[in-house]
Amino acid sequence: MTIYRQNARVLVQGLTGKQGSFWTEKMLGCGTQVVAGVNPKRAGEAHLGLPVYATAREAMVGTPFDWAVMFIPPAAAKAAAIDAIEAGTKTLVVLTEHIPMRDVLAIHHAARAHGTRIVGPNTAGVVTPGEGFVGIMPGHNPNIFQPGEIGVISRSGSLGTLVCLNLTRSGYGQSAFLGIGGDPMIGTTTRDALMVLDQDAHTRAVVLVGEIGGAMEEEAAEYAAGMSKPVVSFIAGRASPPGKTMGHAGAIVSGDRGSYAGKRAALEAAGIAVADTPNELPDLLHSALGQPAPRAAGLALHTGA
Amino acid sequence: MNFLEHVAKARVLAPAGIPVPRAIHCVSAEDAAVAAAELGPCMVKAQVPTGKRGKAGGIRAARTPDEAREVAGAILGMVIDGHRVESVLLEERASIAREFYAAILTDPVSRTPLVLFSTEGGMDVEEVAATRPDALRRHRVDLDRGFDARAARALLDGLDLGPARERIEAILPALYRVGGSVDAELIEINPLALLEDGRVVALDCKLTLDDSAAFRNPDLAAEASPEPMTDLEREGAAQGLKFIQLDGNVGVLANGAGLTMTTMDVIGHCGGRPANFLEIGGEAYTKSEAALKLVLANPGVKSLVVNFCGAFARTDVMAEGVVTAWKRLDPDVPVFFSIHGTGEDEAVRLVREGLGVEPYDLMEDAVQAAVEAAR
Repeated sequence: MTIYRQNARVLVQGLTGKQGSFWTEKMLGCGTQVVAGVNPKRAGEAHLGLPVYATAREAMVGTPFDWAVMFIPPAAAKAAAIDAIEAGTKTLVVLTEHIPMRDVLAIHHAARAHGTRIVGPNTAGVVTPGEGFVGIMPGHNPNIFQPGEIGVISRSGSLGTLVCLNLTRSGYGQSAFLGIGGDPMIGTTTRDALMVLDQDAHTRAVVLVGEIGGAMEEEAAEYAAGMSKPVVSFIAGRASPPGKTMGHAGAIVSGDRGSYAGKRAALEAAGIAVADTPNELPDLLHSALGQPAPRAAGLALHTGA
Repeated sequence: MNFLEHVAKARVLAPAGIPVPRAIHCVSAEDAAVAAAELGPCMVKAQVPTGKRGKAGGIRAARTPDEAREVAGAILGMVIDGHRVESVLLEERASIAREFYAAILTDPVSRTPLVLFSTEGGMDVEEVAATRPDALRRHRVDLDRGFDARAARALLDGLDLGPARERIEAILPALYRVGGSVDAELIEINPLALLEDGRVVALDCKLTLDDSAAFRNPDLAAEASPEPMTDLEREGAAQGLKFIQLDGNVGVLANGAGLTMTTMDVIGHCGGRPANFLEIGGEAYTKSEAALKLVLANPGVKSLVVNFCGAFARTDVMAEGVVTAWKRLDPDVPVFFSIHGTGEDEAVRLVREGLGVEPYDLMEDAVQAAVEAAR
């Protein structure tokens, strides 16, 4: 369960906070089936019309859920994640950035033991246009997200948003946007996300948005080489200096590892066209699919948000 | 964050029971002479956060206090791999019989701690992996089991360690434990030496702590080597902004790491050069006023691209900060906007009405205009 479907029930950890409330309202407005929240200090109350529980485990008993999403600061993230995992959530979206590495390892360890799918950490979440979104993406903005047949994978929320905007304007709606996160050790890797979209019946082609650092794009390229669905890509960080962490903890080139050139070469060797700018992606899709976009853009600008 | 050898040894290895040579940390040639009188024949080692000390002449032997004074005087003030040598570590001279390698790191593929050991000490571990894979052992740690002496025995089984075996079997679990307790991203002993007198000691140590866990180890974190930064980068860090100064002339203000990198890439694609990396995504999106000041303080900046694509970050909040700061600073630099996503209607209105500037619809067009204006 990595693509959000409307029949999936969502628990929001940190529901009553400023960001938790803001984004829960957006999620609900977009069709996401948010069913409950967690805040140990406000257990038993209702917030935004949703029941609030002390823990995810208690929530699972009172109001069962399939997905959990965390609006939780870094120092408390490990406990919240393990609570959700042990409660039996099938998918856990970890938005938090700057979780200590050792805590991230503990989260992944618990997830392995319980068979939980982790999305993130440091992700902006996932969007399924027409069904809902889980996280902090502008899934409610019709200028950016429209239902369609293109699956999008991105380590970055902001860049992923720009790419979906470009696709929507060119007439390419999205079957799913999978934000996988900017951390070096994430639960759903580029390759994992690619496998999900490869197996998804609603997805005809994939846009893979990567960035410098790590080896996830190279691993995904190996898988993509055997796919029949077309994949096109953009990799951020060509102009970034080596040896510096570019905002995302995972975005660093050390020596030859994680370099733009290495990633581009691996993707191209797998038959994937790599765009020089995000704006070229719709054209690459057009070539890969061998036909123009299914419908003209014709969307009014600056009307959403 | 990285640590100098002397801090890693004295503050982390020694308290964990991992033997290190007798040593004295010195900041002057005179101190070095006094230290050498106490230690006897010794090594004088430049304290810089880089692995290229030996080749650069930053590690030299001294037999007497006079020699130590002279050698330390020569090493202090050297610049090695961009780092100025501010202090030296004087260590008792060790007669080395064998050199090994030991490290604890995190493996992004298995998402577990990884213990590495090699019988080829003194060499770069990647080189060992490439040329002598039989000499390298790795163990992915199951967090439920941890890494104890039994696991160490299994890891080392079949390797020729001579009389060092028992000591190494004790050192590896100690290294694993202390790496965890200080939230080390990497703790590496290279070489881990068997001495002629039978001791096994850590001759060098590389330590990188997880920045995100600094709050759990504040005392140790306070002893980290300062990151090499420009004045502006330091100012940014003090305000909680990740700012990297570059040598181009097109300033960049964007939200989110991926979008910021991409804005830089498109500047390059259009034939320009970015003047900085600066992202105000995540929790920093309310700091656009401080961020704008930082970008404009860079003397190389001839034009500016403001590229917002709001997801979590609200473009109206960011735009308000930029417009307010722009009016106050009144800079003589052309600015080109592209704004989409959360809050875009209000953001576009603020920029249009506040600055009389019409945002570009396409990011590529805003960048192209900025690159041309900077020429």
